[in-house]
Amino acid sequence: MYEIVRKEILTPTISLIEIKAPMISERAEPGQFVIVRVEEEGERVPFTINDFDRENGTVTIIFQLVGYSTYKMNTLKAGDYLYDIVGPLGLATHTEGLKKVAVVGGGVGNAIAFPIARKLHQQGCEVHAITGFKNADVVILENEYADASTRHIVCTDDGSHGRKGLVTEILKELIDEGNEYDQVIAIGPMPMMKFVSLTTKPYGIKTIVSLCPLMVDGTGMCGCCRVVVGGEMKFACVDGPDFDGHEVDWELAISRGKIYGDFEREVREANCNLLNAEVK
Amino acid sequence: MPDMINTKYPMPSQEPDVRNKNFLEVAQGYTEELALSESQRCLQCKHKPCMQGCPVNVRIPEFIKEIQDGKFEEAYQIIAGTNALPAVCGRVCPQENQCEKYCVRGIKGEPVGIGRLERFVADYHNENNRVLPEKPASNGKKVAVIGSGPSSLTCAGDLAKKGYEATIFEALHIPGGVLVYGIPEFRLPKSIVRQEIEGLEALGVKIETNTILGKSMSIDDLFDKYGFDAVFIGSGAGLPKFMNVPGINNNGVFSANEFLTRINLMKAYKPDSMTPISHPKKAVIVGGGNVAMDAARCAKRLGAETHIVYRRSMDELPARKEEVEHAVEEDIQFDLLCNPVEILSDENYNVTGVRCIRMQLGEPDDSGRRGVTEIPGSEFEMDCDCVIMALGTSPNPIIKKDTIALKTDRRGCIEVDETGKTSIDRVYAGGDAVTGAATVILAMGAGKEAAAEIDKLLSGN
Repeated sequence: MYEIVRKEILTPTISLIEIKAPMISERAEPGQFVIVRVEEEGERVPFTINDFDRENGTVTIIFQLVGYSTYKMNTLKAGDYLYDIVGPLGLATHTEGLKKVAVVGGGVGNAIAFPIARKLHQQGCEVHAITGFKNADVVILENEYADASTRHIVCTDDGSHGRKGLVTEILKELIDEGNEYDQVIAIGPMPMMKFVSLTTKPYGIKTIVSLCPLMVDGTGMCGCCRVVVGGEMKFACVDGPDFDGHEVDWELAISRGKIYGDFEREVREANCNLLNAEVK
Repeated sequence: MPDMINTKYPMPSQEPDVRNKNFLEVAQGYTEELALSESQRCLQCKHKPCMQGCPVNVRIPEFIKEIQDGKFEEAYQIIAGTNALPAVCGRVCPQENQCEKYCVRGIKGEPVGIGRLERFVADYHNENNRVLPEKPASNGKKVAVIGSGPSSLTCAGDLAKKGYEATIFEALHIPGGVLVYGIPEFRLPKSIVRQEIEGLEALGVKIETNTILGKSMSIDDLFDKYGFDAVFIGSGAGLPKFMNVPGINNNGVFSANEFLTRINLMKAYKPDSMTPISHPKKAVIVGGGNVAMDAARCAKRLGAETHIVYRRSMDELPARKEEVEHAVEEDIQFDLLCNPVEILSDENYNVTGVRCIRMQLGEPDDSGRRGVTEIPGSEFEMDCDCVIMALGTSPNPIIKKDTIALKTDRRGCIEVDETGKTSIDRVYAGGDAVTGAATVILAMGAGKEAAAEIDKLLSGN
């Protein structure tokens, strides 16, 4: 059992929990993930780490309410316990030697991109952060990004906060302004990462994406998370989660994410309104 | 007078067309009467040939003698003296290649059902006389045991009995390794694994789940930070193999590991499980080993028409004969002498079938195993909506990647000397992590030997 030491509801659909897990925080690096079980008999759900605090022995995850397990997790408060958490899993994001990077986040993916932007910034890298959201209601980490970047642009699809527009449009503008990035790091929903990769491809800018496909064990044992990168089979849990966005087979990756769509929908419909009521 | 009947007393079992729809245990175990009768078939040979087949040296004629005398608890104590997991071994050991292979009664008929008798006394003990062992006085020395499958449980148990403080580190959220994620409930009920592990905990073995050597900590950490005096690595062979054929990543293609883990560890077969599982209409399992049989029998229980596709013939199936017979009885179809060349799908990457090619057997090679070659132009298609790859597994590379000094061979298996020691001082290894995928009992044998060597090392004897 692992104690939740802090819980924050960031937006109506996004929450944060900070969990006491000293062995994980000790070795965690930006880009790595944990697997959580919320309750006995619960499923194993992967979350990429938002933050870690080695001094206090905690890791933080920010999660969107999408299915049963995340709604259930959102009913927990500080002082409650998670059944299981294991990590840090996967490989850390490669940051060494980078001088100028555009970090592009979409939605809750901004929570994962944040520690990477901060690490780069601390290393003296010039960081341009583009954080995109659906609308003003779901904007997160605005101040944090401002502190962890040299330039920060927030945008929303409907223009209700920050600039109106998609992250790909703003990224293209910045590139066309003459910014020469060593690398673009894009983290968000699959279609967003796909379109960022398509945007940077003509410019030949290396683009790293963070994939979070379906998983069971997270240690290379089951192969559920396999993705095709550069024509080769990779396991996102041990070979990733970071991959070269120009080499990812996006159509296959997106379709593999929907394997259990019907099951997830049924469970969500059966439970989530009740769980949501519990939070309120 | 021994009972000279040439066949084993039959094992009471669920009927095939009943059991292939549920996950309850197939073989229900001998009654006292059946155990007494079967024990009478043992000739009590003075030279004990059966014992040379047992990797953990169970004193077989002695425990069978106790059964003959109706002393079931005494029989259990004899087994438990050398075997940390009697109820498990009695169910999943391939006795036909171990003890029973050397049984004199096997020359003119069936050998004595040693496995069935072992299971009977273990279950008898657990039902009637289960008392948890007492923790021996600590000798103050700490051993880290990596993984919680059969080799690790045996190693930790043997060390704990000698007073060592053994801590098991398990990557998943439940201990038991392949006994809980791999072997299905209908062959090995998880409550039995749980009971055996509770016995170890009573001996003082600590179990830390959710802890992965190479991720949660390094081998150096185990010595320097956590103060262990020695390490045993029994991390198994958890990495699945996939065929290199077009369509292998389509939706509906699973490794047997994934399919079995969802069912066994995550209980996805239960209607209220939060972990999803594919309920195929028609499943094709590729491979012919025990894991292929387990996956096929699980798919059948989920309601699928189930086919095993194997490139050799029935005689070459690597699975235990008993497992194959059970699968045949449960209406699993065997499509032999053929091999997939492509996984077919619709435009959404959902599996719609398998294109296979017919194979022919060649001459036996040096190892006596017959080679196979494709028959040109013999391709054909089978429709299905699920393909499960059961082609074997190799050791997980996570520990190796984090530990440069740990030597492994080209298959990723940890290299050890004759004492079970790895290339790193005070670090031992055994089981599938060393041999590649093998059997529960061989892993247990390796765990036992490593425990003895670690004891020698740390006690200075």
